[in-house]
Amino acid sequence: MLELRHRGVGPGPGGAGAPPPPEGVAAGGDHEAESTSDKETDIDDRYGDLDSRADSDIPEIPPSSDRTPEILQKALSGLSSRWKNWWIRGILTLTMISLFFLIIYMGSFMLMLLVLGIQVKCFHEIITIGYRVYRSYDLPWFRTLSWYFLLCVNYFFYGETVADYFATFVQREEQLQFLIRYHRFISFALYLAGFCMFVLSLVKKHYRLQFYMFAWTHVTLLITVTQSHLVIQNLFEGMIWFLVPISSVICNDITAYLFGFFFGRTPLIKLSPKKTWEGFIGGFFSTVVFGFIAAYVLSKYQYFVCPVEYRSDVNSFVTECEPSDLFQLQSYSLPPFLKAVLRRERVNLYPFQIHSIALSTFASLIGPFGGFFASGFKRAFKIKDFANTIPGHGGIMDRFDCQYLMATFVHVYITSFIRGPNPSKVLQQLLVLQPEQQLNIYKTLKMHLIEKGILQPTLKV
Amino acid sequence: MNELRLRAVRDPDAPPVEKESEPEVKADGETASDSENRAEAAPLVTSADDTPEVLNRALSNLSSRWKNWWVRGILTLAMIAFFFIIIYLGPMVLMIIVMCVQIKCFQEIITIGYNVYHSYELPWFRTLSWYFLLCVNYFFYGETVTDYFFTLVQREEPLRILSKYHRFISFTLYLIGFCMFVLSLVKKHYRLQFYMFGWTHVTLLIVVTQSHLVIHNLFEGMIWFIVPISCVICNDIMAYMFGFFFGRTPLIKLSPKKTWEGFIGGFFATVLFGLLLSYVMSGYRCFVCPVEYNNDTNSFTVDCEPSDLFRLHEYNIPEVIQSVIGWKIIRMYPFQIHSIALSTFASLIGPFGGFFASGFKRAFKIKDFANTIPGHGGIMDRFDCQYLMATFVNVYIASFIRGPNPSKLIQQFMNLRPEQQLHIFSTLKSHLIDKGMLTDTTED
Repeated sequence: MLELRHRGVGPGPGGAGAPPPPEGVAAGGDHEAESTSDKETDIDDRYGDLDSRADSDIPEIPPSSDRTPEILQKALSGLSSRWKNWWIRGILTLTMISLFFLIIYMGSFMLMLLVLGIQVKCFHEIITIGYRVYRSYDLPWFRTLSWYFLLCVNYFFYGETVADYFATFVQREEQLQFLIRYHRFISFALYLAGFCMFVLSLVKKHYRLQFYMFAWTHVTLLITVTQSHLVIQNLFEGMIWFLVPISSVICNDITAYLFGFFFGRTPLIKLSPKKTWEGFIGGFFSTVVFGFIAAYVLSKYQYFVCPVEYRSDVNSFVTECEPSDLFQLQSYSLPPFLKAVLRRERVNLYPFQIHSIALSTFASLIGPFGGFFASGFKRAFKIKDFANTIPGHGGIMDRFDCQYLMATFVHVYITSFIRGPNPSKVLQQLLVLQPEQQLNIYKTLKMHLIEKGILQPTLKV
Repeated sequence: MNELRLRAVRDPDAPPVEKESEPEVKADGETASDSENRAEAAPLVTSADDTPEVLNRALSNLSSRWKNWWVRGILTLAMIAFFFIIIYLGPMVLMIIVMCVQIKCFQEIITIGYNVYHSYELPWFRTLSWYFLLCVNYFFYGETVTDYFFTLVQREEPLRILSKYHRFISFTLYLIGFCMFVLSLVKKHYRLQFYMFGWTHVTLLIVVTQSHLVIHNLFEGMIWFIVPISCVICNDIMAYMFGFFFGRTPLIKLSPKKTWEGFIGGFFATVLFGLLLSYVMSGYRCFVCPVEYNNDTNSFTVDCEPSDLFRLHEYNIPEVIQSVIGWKIIRMYPFQIHSIALSTFASLIGPFGGFFASGFKRAFKIKDFANTIPGHGGIMDRFDCQYLMATFVNVYIASFIRGPNPSKLIQQFMNLRPEQQLHIFSTLKSHLIDKGMLTDTTED
């Protein structure tokens, strides 16, 4: 997240001033001759102390070197350090936003690839931090196993979600049918293979380290992979469900930063000393307004509003449909106090805009907790940024830490309030049942539809 | 898991460590050097020996080795008898027992975490861990209850609302816990707090999800609950016996007491046991039928027409075995074939769960997870192999045995939009007509 600048205060803690000790030196300086000791207790205890000791005793992990491209360095060499940083951040922000627009233009498939790419990069960043914290590069199998688990979990999720959407495509191919039908079993078998490899790879002196890395990998998978798949499911519901939440979070970042920069006085939370209440509240109101307007603009276009479908005839994704109720202008009568302000009786809104208020509220009020969590994490493991992929901003994870909570919230929101279950999945499951069960269900459904008046009893559909 | 005894190897009869429990008391006001020194010392201690006085006196005359053997034997029989009683009491009690085992396992693992990280004094930890346990349980139970008790839920207004917005409510509850965690971060203890957060979540993942898979298996039919669990227990005991009598070649460095003879002998014995047990159980409806909730009697019933799996079929014996047994045809339940797959998994892959737990205990220098069961250790010690088994059975059932749950499908159908419902209805109709189940002229 962009750090808000508290007026009149210098750069925050964790600045790159203090020279960190070289990585090779063990944290537990009190122990003698760990490198030559054979005893299991010593080495594991060293890591044990790493855990139980207070944070201040643990040395900082040095960040990788500054990767600002040469060209920017030259262009900005004249300015002072503070403004230079500001400019770099600004330029990179604009670059990222333009890249975002470009990819939106290119369509849903590219967006899916982008989400997948980001997920893999985030996973890589967090795992690398784990390696550095535990100095476990030399341990056998770790990197292989971590990436293997990433592959397994991705395979499982893609099989569960994407297969539903490609139902027609899948029915055609024999091998895919087999893979789909026994998908859970195959995924479980793959995961088990990794689990057994882990157990067999346990090495006598490094048990604790290996268990830590195992747990680290799993928690990372839980965070990054599940939520990136929720993002993709949101995307399939309609690109607007992907764009508006992400834009709201980005807008909240930027406007909270700006409000904090110009008006910030009262610190918000000890964890991130640069954040201020003024920035928080200002960001909240501007994000709600922004979400409202963005929802209005985007709701007009079928491209954003329609669920993404895969058409087998054209072998590509199409977004064409009759926009649902949510995206059709409706007339609302204003509550009295707003009537006085705006001097209108009624206003034409898309119902989706009401939902966007909920989404923006979440993005501004709860989203920052994801940022605080990531800040706490960085302080706990004494890193300044997750990585140095983006000059001036840090790693990909730094940019996306607030997005994850948002993605889960949007998904839960959609399933609870907007749509029901996925029709193609229901159909697919129906077709798998036993014929007698299908007949029973058919009769029940028929009764239900006739009751609701959707089906006429005398007409043959 | 029972440790197999290598014949004539070093003295196995050291009684469980009985040192005083120091770590918990020292937790307050420690400095870094204190924790270092203590960590250098002996492994994390377990609480004092819990063997009941009765047993102690009865067995006081025997030597220490046999005493241990007897204690374990008696407790094993007690646990198995307890298991039978609970089966007799029915599915509802079984569910409650599964729930209690889950809570106890969670508590054991979290306590180890506290001991490892000396984190008793940190604010909010215990509250947050138990709160997360509650949230995740609420989520899972809500999903299960909604699926299986559909009619009951539809009747009661508050339940209906709770079930309709169930995911949202669970997510909100979880978020509250997450925000509390973030707000509780204390300056000097960030790393510790993150460790405990990670520890709690991994424990939840292991313990809670899999206990719910066990309950799903149970609802499929009690036989799907009993046969796998018995196979794992049988494998434990058989591998122990085979290792005790014939064990020579060590199996894996992690558990030096396990032997290849025990492993292989246990495998064959378990497969045989599984075949026999499923033969016996497939005859009874109460084990074979899916558990259903009966609205009228407001209780669980297991009454149904047994499915194909549980009806005797005739199979031709392949030539190889014909010469051995002398029979041409054999009558078996198809379920017995499945039980071979289940027993194979229990004997070959189940032990990896045990190795994982052994590695975990070595990594954190504990002898047992806790001392709840005298002679055996904690509940987690007994159940470590079961967890992999539960997931496997659930995946097996979902992939090979049954399809999706019809009532759940109907419920999902009701939530769809009218056009979608119509579309699905017509697709289903044409599908049924294709299959010949429905003719155009048939009307209700």
